[in-house]
Amino acid sequence: MPKQDSSKTKDNKLTSRRDFLRSAGNYTVASLSGAAMLLSDPKPAKANVTWEEHFQKNYRLMTDEEKQQAIERLETRYTEEYGKPVTVDGSPSMEGVLFGYALNIQKCIGCRRCVKACVAENNQSRGDEQQIEWIRVLRMEKGKFSEADRDQHGYPESFGVQVGGNAYKPAGVVLEGQHYYEPEQVPEEDAFYFPMQCMQCEKPPCVKVCPVRTTYRDPDGIVVIDYNWCIGCRMCIGACPYWARRFNWGEPNLPKEEMNPVTHYLGNRPRMKGVVEKCSFCVQRTRKGRWTACVEVCPVGARKFGNLLDPNSEIRKVLAKKKVFRLRADLNTYPKFFYYMD
Amino acid sequence: MRFLHFVVDYLKAGFTGGILFWLWMLFLLFFIMLWGYGEYVQIANGMIVTNLNDQVTWGFYLANFVFMVGVAAAAVTVVFPAYVYKHKELHRIVVLGEMIAIAAVVMCLLFVIAHMGRPDRLWHILPVIGIFNFPHAMLTWDVIVLNGYLLLNIIGGYYYLYKKYTGGEINKSFYMPVVYIAIVWALSIHTVTAFLINTMPARPMWFHSMMPIKFITTAFAAGPSLIIVVFLLVRRFTPMKIADEAFHLLSQIVVWCLGIALFLTMSEIVTELYPSTEHSLGLQYLMFGHNGLNRLVPFFWTALSLMVGSFILLLIPSIRKNLKLLPFICIAAFVGIWIEKGMGLMLPGVIPTPIGEFAEYTPSQIELMVVGGIWAIGFFLLTFMLKGAVAVLQGEVRYRSGTSEPAVSKQQAEAAT
Repeated sequence: MPKQDSSKTKDNKLTSRRDFLRSAGNYTVASLSGAAMLLSDPKPAKANVTWEEHFQKNYRLMTDEEKQQAIERLETRYTEEYGKPVTVDGSPSMEGVLFGYALNIQKCIGCRRCVKACVAENNQSRGDEQQIEWIRVLRMEKGKFSEADRDQHGYPESFGVQVGGNAYKPAGVVLEGQHYYEPEQVPEEDAFYFPMQCMQCEKPPCVKVCPVRTTYRDPDGIVVIDYNWCIGCRMCIGACPYWARRFNWGEPNLPKEEMNPVTHYLGNRPRMKGVVEKCSFCVQRTRKGRWTACVEVCPVGARKFGNLLDPNSEIRKVLAKKKVFRLRADLNTYPKFFYYMD
Repeated sequence: MRFLHFVVDYLKAGFTGGILFWLWMLFLLFFIMLWGYGEYVQIANGMIVTNLNDQVTWGFYLANFVFMVGVAAAAVTVVFPAYVYKHKELHRIVVLGEMIAIAAVVMCLLFVIAHMGRPDRLWHILPVIGIFNFPHAMLTWDVIVLNGYLLLNIIGGYYYLYKKYTGGEINKSFYMPVVYIAIVWALSIHTVTAFLINTMPARPMWFHSMMPIKFITTAFAAGPSLIIVVFLLVRRFTPMKIADEAFHLLSQIVVWCLGIALFLTMSEIVTELYPSTEHSLGLQYLMFGHNGLNRLVPFFWTALSLMVGSFILLLIPSIRKNLKLLPFICIAAFVGIWIEKGMGLMLPGVIPTPIGEFAEYTPSQIELMVVGGIWAIGFFLLTFMLKGAVAVLQGEVRYRSGTSEPAVSKQQAEAAT
């Protein structure tokens, strides 16, 4: 379990309601009933979730007024919980904007500064118990060929007619690459790097399979999640071909001092246990005209972000002039995350 | 008023029994307690108490879910011959088949709730007050067919029993449509469950159109296997008479469905392993392991041996018709399919991950407690429902105006029939 500092100092009615629920929970177990399932987290809360939060609608279907109330509830709760003023933004998509992303795999040096910046910006859970990272950098091995391998028996083997001609090496933990590399320094001579994150697909399989439409696509192309509406069934994780989605197995561990207080409702606001999360193109930044954290931090300029509808944007120029491809194009997901080479 | 009497008498009959009955129920209660504890711990701390992780996000809960949907659907192997082929012996016990279906669907629903990260938000999926992403999300189809099937079996089974209880005539223009809809519906629950997992190209092990038919054949082998064992127990421990002929028909259904299931497994293996593309890595991991990660390998070969072994034995008429041997062969087939279609299907679907990472998974103690407990709940329900149903069918419990006492003694009932 991630260690939590329980705010027992906050002594008010809601805390005692939780205590009540806790003892009620114990009795229920003692009486062997399954009703315990209906009770919410009986542990001392880090901050008090109000009743209204339990009964609110899907964010997309709220009226402007309801959205404002939901946001205020969260701001109050987060401010109390993290001991600093926290803002929750609810900005909708901007007019005439469709976000796109392009990544230069030729330039990427595998330093993973993007991964760290993303975690810091987007309030992911950290620590050994539950570490969530939205960006994964695959280390792709460059082929090694040796004369010794050449004459080994190979595929398909038979009748002694066909022997040798091999350049085959069995794969490691991951088929073509792996994301656990710990080198002295990057880039390594025998590798190149391939970062992956949510592709913000135009035809996202995750959105299609979600039984409650808690994950949906906004007009600016970002696939967002209403964390308060997610039921944790993990269908979306099963459907995502890019392994982009992460689940909060336990209560997220987000130290107060590391918490980024500038948040968006559909983006980096603190999550709760039992819900799915993923890259949101830093919606809290990009809807205010800023770069995403990963674009900002990349030391080699491998990451480009911009408005696909603006013919003069950098992203459009990349798409027009570079050799571009999308990952797993055969699946017709139409990612808005492109890879390119100079 | 009559209905109230029915409920009370049924409950009484369901919970009447000798020392063996109460020992069995207490044994089950122990596991139900563990389920309560497991669910409590999981809800209090989150899914982190399971051994599921970012790589293996679906596991033991859904594996059992998929298997039990099949068992539920398999009630149709009793209902279909009874009504469509007018099989007399099966017709007498058709209600017992429906009781098995009810218990199995309840287990399915509990497995899904155990799998959910936020069961407190279950209401989000309810139409009107929540959002029911129909027809896009396959899971919503599953919600419809499973709950519909539960309802159909409750209506079909208990309407019949109620009429038996009150001695009223069965209204055929109401009852028969329910029966026929339930027959088609049974196929739909397993078909939709297959579509739930085989419509995701991200998981190549599941991404083939053979999935629904494979589900149905394995279900119609495992389900009747369980039904045979349950019916033999009913015959052994209650006055209910079940003719040998009923068992002979059910064991024939088992053997042919098992045969087709094995054929489909063989087709899948050849299709996947001959070209050996990356898409076959899940199956390869299941059958042979991957670079020393081979936790599933013994399970796969055990399951395959159990299935092949019971198939060959059941092909021999003298063995198939031997009702002393039959339950053991049925248990072997049932366990084989439970492994093959449970963990043997769920895990290679999620291992390797879409980016090709292999991570092994074994259920945690909490997962074992919850799953064991749900099985216990299923058997608890089934025992109670079967006892009540047998008492009604035998005429031991019958409506008498003005009293809720069980009306006639066993001898009288037998004399009456």
